Amino acid sequence: MMAPGTAITFLLILFSLALVVFLAFRVNDGSLLGAGFTLGNFSNVIFDPLNWSVMLRSLAIAGCVTAATVITAFPVAYFLAFHAGRRRGLILFLVTLPFWTSYLLRVFAWKIVLAYNGVLNSALVGSGLLSEPTLAFLNTPTAVVVTLAHAYAPFAILPIYVALDTIPRSLIEAAADLGARPWTTFRRVILPNAMPGVMAAALVVFVPTVGDYVTPALVGGPSSTMIGSMIQAQFGKANDWPFGAALSAAVMLVILTVVLIVRTTDARFGSRA
Amino acid sequence: MPQDALLRLEAVSKCFPGGVVGLDSVDLDIEHGEFLSLLGPSGCGKTTNLRVMAGFETPTTGRVVLAGRDITSLRPFDRPVNTVFQDYALFPHMNVAENVGFGLSLRRVPAAEQKKQVAAALDMVGLGDKIRARVAELSGGQRQRVALARAIVCKPRILLLDEPLSALDAHLREYMQMELKRLQSSLGMTFVMVTHDQTEALSISDRIVVMNKGRIEQIASPAALYDRPATRFVAGFIGTMNLLDARFVGRDGALLRYLSGDLPLELSADANALATDGQMHTIGIRPEDLVANPQAGAATAPAKINSIVFHGRALRMHASTAGGAALVIDAPRQAMQPAFDVGDIVHVSQRPGASCVILAA
Repeated sequence: MMAPGTAITFLLILFSLALVVFLAFRVNDGSLLGAGFTLGNFSNVIFDPLNWSVMLRSLAIAGCVTAATVITAFPVAYFLAFHAGRRRGLILFLVTLPFWTSYLLRVFAWKIVLAYNGVLNSALVGSGLLSEPTLAFLNTPTAVVVTLAHAYAPFAILPIYVALDTIPRSLIEAAADLGARPWTTFRRVILPNAMPGVMAAALVVFVPTVGDYVTPALVGGPSSTMIGSMIQAQFGKANDWPFGAALSAAVMLVILTVVLIVRTTDARFGSRA
Repeated sequence: MPQDALLRLEAVSKCFPGGVVGLDSVDLDIEHGEFLSLLGPSGCGKTTNLRVMAGFETPTTGRVVLAGRDITSLRPFDRPVNTVFQDYALFPHMNVAENVGFGLSLRRVPAAEQKKQVAAALDMVGLGDKIRARVAELSGGQRQRVALARAIVCKPRILLLDEPLSALDAHLREYMQMELKRLQSSLGMTFVMVTHDQTEALSISDRIVVMNKGRIEQIASPAALYDRPATRFVAGFIGTMNLLDARFVGRDGALLRYLSGDLPLELSADANALATDGQMHTIGIRPEDLVANPQAGAATAPAKINSIVFHGRALRMHASTAGGAALVIDAPRQAMQPAFDVGDIVHVSQRPGASCVILAA
């Protein structure tokens, strides 16, 4: 029974991962797997300040996206878990509805909303709030954050909803019984017990967002180039696969570090028995 | 209207959405310092009753009065009552001390005082050594005690217990029953316990409220409930009781005489018990108050033994009379001389000195 899972894990995940790490130590000679071994790719990664600024920007944008997504997803999940009643199924369906269209299509939809002559500008000009359309929406890091937060909302809503929904109702009643008003119950009982779901949601949003390159390319403009775009460029136009592989490995290390830090913090919150 | 009741329910009704009636015009007085049990089958409204007292349910009509103050519309966090939940509802992200101290911390009790009271409450339930333990490390019985300590430490006017022992195994349950009783009398606190277990209710309560279909069938002490059940439902729910249709045949001083088929029954009349000749009543008589005689006598009725079940100190015989009425008779084992067998005809009589009761429908 273990065989298929093991085979898939090795072939599709560990082997390709090993290939990336292998490639990262090769000298680029234009051939598929490179030639000879070197640490030069990594020294290029470390000593080029551009990589650092793009990496930091990626982390910052991903952090903003994560915060925005989790903060907006929490009320939705809370409503689903505690107040949706018989409409719960319908709302869950609506939450997942955007997945019926392609990711690219959703990014383009935001382009239409945020563009110079787009929906948002037209509405603002039409209602007299702006005298003329503004360029401040599209091609900014904010546009990237908004678009990604929207795209990843269901990924955040679902784990938080599950965490909230599995909190025994008697815990909430017990808190009230012992004298806790609703806000205190939320702060001292509901939120701590929902933290595993919140952390799961944060990771599920943060990890893929750091490496995203489609959204910044389409709605971010030059000031929001993220590390994913640089990696893509190495495997594409620049045709320097070993350097791209070294960049990828570095990003993986950074994400791993962030995840480990978050998990340690999470453990201090305590998890449910 | 006496003002001494600690908690009074006045004509409390609770209808749930969909027309389900949880409580149907319940009147109940709970006295200071008593151990009161709400007893009944599942769906009888006993838990709803408790939740109305705790404030988790708002009565559709009626009033809840605590020590003379109308608390009907008070939310749970404003009521000076605390609950021990059926699943204990301990906060999994807190340790034992934090769980027990939760209520105190909300009351802004100084930290040092909190610590003292938490330790005292845990000592009282015998868990003084588990103060730093995580909830996950505790056994079911220990969690139960933490839940008790957490509620008691708030010094509630009334402690509400929702089937507190139902999740424990039989041995532990019996032990915890005694513990609950001990705690209640040493604290002098009023306990209201919901249970579906009549043995549990009979062994630790001062008074028992038997509920059925959202209404109160009878409120009485355990002995009174056992000896003088008021209704057919109570008679059938508490222990085993023969329910016999009987005809009133006359009064003999303080004794009322009845005839159920051929079986003569007598009971001492209440002062106000009125009956007219020929009137039909349902008479309840305990299996141990019936005697199976080998020979016919003046006040016996024949019955055929259908089965004999070993019941420890007694043998329980299921028999049927000529009229078709089913009887359950408990015979002490050493008295079974000569031994009866299934299929034998025995002559049943009321045990001399034993009484039986008239049951309302």
